[in-house]
Amino acid sequence: MNVSAKEKNLIEFHGITKTYGVGQAAFQALRGIGLAIRQGEFLAIMGPSGSGKSTAMNILGCLDTPSSGAFLFQGVHVEHLDRNQRALLRRNFLGFVFQGFNLLSRTSAQENVELPLLYRGEAAATRHHAAREALELVGLDGWEHRTPAELSGGQQQRVAIARAIVTHPLVLLADEPTGNLDSKRSHEIMELLVRLNREKNITVLMVTHEPDMAFYCSRVIHFVDGLIARDGRAHLHPTARDVPCS
Amino acid sequence: MFLNAFLLALREIRRNLMRSFLTILGIVIGVAAVITMVTLGHGTTQIVAGQISSLGSNLIIMRPGQRMGLGGSPRFRLADTEAIANQINGIRAVAPSVQNGATVIMGGKNWSSTVNGTTNSFFAVGNWEIVSGRKFSDDDEKSGRAVCVLGETVRQKLFGSANPVGSSLRVKNFSCEIIGLLESKGQSAMGMDQDDVVVMPIRTVQRRLTGDNDVTVILLSMKDGMDADQVMMQMRRLMRERRKLSENEEDNFNILDTKQIAQTLSVTIGTITNLLAAVAAVSLLVGGIGIMNIMLVSVTERTREIGIRLAIGALEHEVLLQFLTEAVALSAFGGLVGIVLAFVTCLALSALMQMPFIFDLGINLLAFTFSAMIGVLFGYMPARRAASLDPIKALRHE
Repeated sequence: MNVSAKEKNLIEFHGITKTYGVGQAAFQALRGIGLAIRQGEFLAIMGPSGSGKSTAMNILGCLDTPSSGAFLFQGVHVEHLDRNQRALLRRNFLGFVFQGFNLLSRTSAQENVELPLLYRGEAAATRHHAAREALELVGLDGWEHRTPAELSGGQQQRVAIARAIVTHPLVLLADEPTGNLDSKRSHEIMELLVRLNREKNITVLMVTHEPDMAFYCSRVIHFVDGLIARDGRAHLHPTARDVPCS
Repeated sequence: MFLNAFLLALREIRRNLMRSFLTILGIVIGVAAVITMVTLGHGTTQIVAGQISSLGSNLIIMRPGQRMGLGGSPRFRLADTEAIANQINGIRAVAPSVQNGATVIMGGKNWSSTVNGTTNSFFAVGNWEIVSGRKFSDDDEKSGRAVCVLGETVRQKLFGSANPVGSSLRVKNFSCEIIGLLESKGQSAMGMDQDDVVVMPIRTVQRRLTGDNDVTVILLSMKDGMDADQVMMQMRRLMRERRKLSENEEDNFNILDTKQIAQTLSVTIGTITNLLAAVAAVSLLVGGIGIMNIMLVSVTERTREIGIRLAIGALEHEVLLQFLTEAVALSAFGGLVGIVLAFVTCLALSALMQMPFIFDLGINLLAFTFSAMIGVLFGYMPARRAASLDPIKALRHE
C-alpha cells in the first residue's frame, strides 16, 4: 500500500482491541482489527451478537476509545483525543442514526433536526433553513411541526436521518436503522441512505442483521469473535485491498 | 453559549409544563411567604411608629407602683405635679391625670366612656388640638367647675355631626357644660380609641367622681433636644426625695418615655417579623430540595435524551450548563411568580388589616437572588450527573 493510497483513507483501524473489565472477568470484544474505509463507501457491518460489531461501531463513532491500537480519522489519531475533543469530532464530521430512532419526544420534527445546529451555535434563521432543507431531502416536507408521537416509524427514522445529515457530515453511522421497521419501510430507508451516499457522497457505516439490507451496501464486513472474518468489497471495488488483520 | 443553554433550557421547561409548574411551587410559596412576612412586618412597624408619635413627642409617663401594675402603691398628688414643673429643667408641660369610667348621657342617648380629669397642660403634653370651642379657664380649673372638652368619638355617639359646644351632657348625677371639641387622633398603639374621652378639670373629677385627691398618672413632655434619661433621672430623684424613700427601698413609682415604648415595641415586632421570615425561609429551602429532586428524576428519565445530545456532539460543559440553566431558570421563574404572588397577597392583606403597604425592594431582590442561588446550589449535582454520563450507556438506557 503506497502513501498516496493511504492518504485517501477516511478511516483507518490498526490493531484495534477493546477489553471490558479487568482480571478474570476481562472480556476482549475486539481482538486486533485492521480496517480502512474511504470517503464515499457504503459499508455494512454484520455478525452475530457478541461478535464485536457494536463495539467497533462505538469506536468508529468516536463514542468509545480502543484499549490499544490506532484509530485514524482523516489522519488524526482519535485514540489520543479526550471526551470533549471526540464530541467536537462527532459534532463536525459524524451523523448518527439509531435503531430506536432516538428523537426527543414532545419536540417537533423541525426542532429535532435543528438540535445539532444548536450545539454548533448556528443562528436561528440558518438553523431553520437547514432543517427545512434536510427534512425536504428525506421527503418530509409538510411534516415539520409533527412530534415523534404523531409520526410513523418510517417517518421517525427519516427525521432521525435528517437530523444526522443536517450538519453535512462526512460519515453517517447507522446502527441497525431498519431494525424496528417493516420490510417496505426498511427498503425505503435503505433507498434513502443509498441516495444520500450517491448524491451527497456521505460515507455510510451501517450495522445490520438483515442480509437484505446489506445487499444495498458496496462493501460488507463480517465480524466473528472480535475479528473480521470476511470483508466483501472486492467484487465492487477490485482495486482496493484489505488492510490485513494484525 | 449562555444564550444557547438558555434556549435549550426554556424548550425543556416548555416540554414539561405541568411538572415544571409543580417543581417551582415550593419556591413560589417560599418566596411569597418570606416577602409577605417582611412586608407586613414593616407595615405593622410603620403603624406603631405612627401611633406612638401621635402620643406626643418626648413624652414621659410616671405611674405609681413597680413596672406596669398599679398595686397598692401610693398615688401622686397635685403637689407632685407642681414640684416637677418647678424643679425639673427642660420641661415643656406637665399634666396630672385621673381617669374614671363613666356613662355620659345626652338627651335620650348614653355612651360609656372614660372621663379624664386633668389640666390645660394635658392638651400641650398630648399634642391635642381644640378644633372648636376653648380650653379650660383658670377659674374652671381652680374651682372645679362642671365643664368638659369632648373627644371625637363621644361627639359622634351623642351628637352625630352636630357641634356640641355650648350644650350640656350629664355625667352620673351632675350636668356638665361642653366648652370644646378635640381633634380626632384615632387608635393608640395599644389599639385603644384615643378619641373616646371626656376631658374635665382634675378638681371636678376628684370632687364629683372619685371623691379623693389622688392623681393616677403624671404625663409630661420635654422641650426639644432634651435628654430623656437625664429628665427621668431628675424626676426619680425628686420623687424619691418627696416620698422619703431610703437607700435600700425600691421605687414605688415607675417612669417611662415614649421612645422606650416605641423601641420596645419595634424590637418586638422586628423579632417576630424575623422569626416568621425564618420559618418562611425554611419553605424556600424545602422548595430548593424539591427542585433538586425533580432535576435528579429528570436526569434519570432523560438519560437517553442526554445520550442523544452527547452523540450529536454536545460537550460535557454544554450539557452541564443546560441542566444548570434549567434549574436556575425554574427557580428564578419560581422566584418571580413568588414576588408577584407576594405583591398581590400583601396588597389584599394590607387592605384587610388596614395597614400601609410598603413595597420593600430590598427583600424582593434578596428573595429573588436567593431563589436563583437555590437553583445553582441544588441544580449543580443533577447537572454534573447528566454531563458525566457515558453516551453509549445513556443511549442504551431504557
